[in-house]
Amino acid sequence: MPFKRFVEIGRVALVNYGEDYGKLVVIVDVIDQNRALVDSPDMVRSQMNFKRLSLTDIKIDIKRVPKKKVLVAAMEAADVKGKWEKSSWGRKLIVQKRRASLNDFDRFKLMIAKIKKAGVVRQELAKLKKETAS
Amino acid sequence: MAPKQKTRNPELIPGVRKVSRSQMYHKRGLWAIKAKNGGKFPVHAKQETLAAVEEKPPKFYPADDIKKPLSNKRTAKPTKLRASVTPGTVLIILTGRFKGKRVVFLKQLTSGLLLVTGPYKVNGVPLRRVNQAYVIGTSTKVDISGVDVSKFDDKYFGKQVEKKKKKGETEFFEADKQEKNTLPTEKKDDQKAVDAPLLKALEAVPDLKAYLGARFSLKAGIKPHELVF
Repeated sequence: MPFKRFVEIGRVALVNYGEDYGKLVVIVDVIDQNRALVDSPDMVRSQMNFKRLSLTDIKIDIKRVPKKKVLVAAMEAADVKGKWEKSSWGRKLIVQKRRASLNDFDRFKLMIAKIKKAGVVRQELAKLKKETAS
Repeated sequence: MAPKQKTRNPELIPGVRKVSRSQMYHKRGLWAIKAKNGGKFPVHAKQETLAAVEEKPPKFYPADDIKKPLSNKRTAKPTKLRASVTPGTVLIILTGRFKGKRVVFLKQLTSGLLLVTGPYKVNGVPLRRVNQAYVIGTSTKVDISGVDVSKFDDKYFGKQVEKKKKKGETEFFEADKQEKNTLPTEKKDDQKAVDAPLLKALEAVPDLKAYLGARFSLKAGIKPHELVF
């Protein structure tokens, strides 16, 4: 099984530990075996250990350590945000956040909706069973 | 705070004041008061002192000195309400026979307890007092602008004191017990008066009535410290 996601300049990664937890960042330079210089439109360019990063499939076209403006333009051109939100990983995170922010009333409404849906599915299933049986 | 009073005679060094005795006399204008009063300083007529009441010597002197406890004139303030608990909020009661019930908060009484109602038709919780400590405030709010709660206070919920009847035999005993158990019609009417506008407000929001009718409980996989209420 070959590796598919490489640490390279322009690789988009998700921060999985620390203050910037959950942010998408771009690797703009590699410092040494363990650390990368990392940048994002909403943070100051800083170093991060690779252990804090989870690599994604998205890669953008930039030169080593671009200026902020250049980086932002490159991210827009590659539509990083759009790609991320369409990817199954990105969608999962959005759903997790939504579920975590549900209010007690929202959870109740969700339960009612699930029960209703299950009821409709069961009815259809019963119909189909009847048809095949007869 | 009130502005500091100006001192006419500040203390320069401990024991040494700025202005001399005769200068202070002039500053205070005692010469003017005397002049107004014809050369003499005005004097109040002595008040008649009431004749001292004849105190009888006490019959009993205690052997040991009893210490008097220090006086305590503190008055308790009603408990501070959590930011999440505002009038119209849906609360979850955690203890007592109504544990898990979701209930509408009306107002805080002077004792600090929260006045709360089911509404009765929805979940069986009547107008009741509840302690803030045993309650979770959710972020769901109900419109209680149509509800008048001004007549309810702690006295309304106090135990009804009944005068002792004559010491009867067992017959009287049984008759008494049967009388006490029914709610007076006044309270039932109060409940209806409070609940009527509330029910209208509840029906305006879909599923809210069913929500209040259901009890809250923890299920497998739910982490209470991560729940957003």
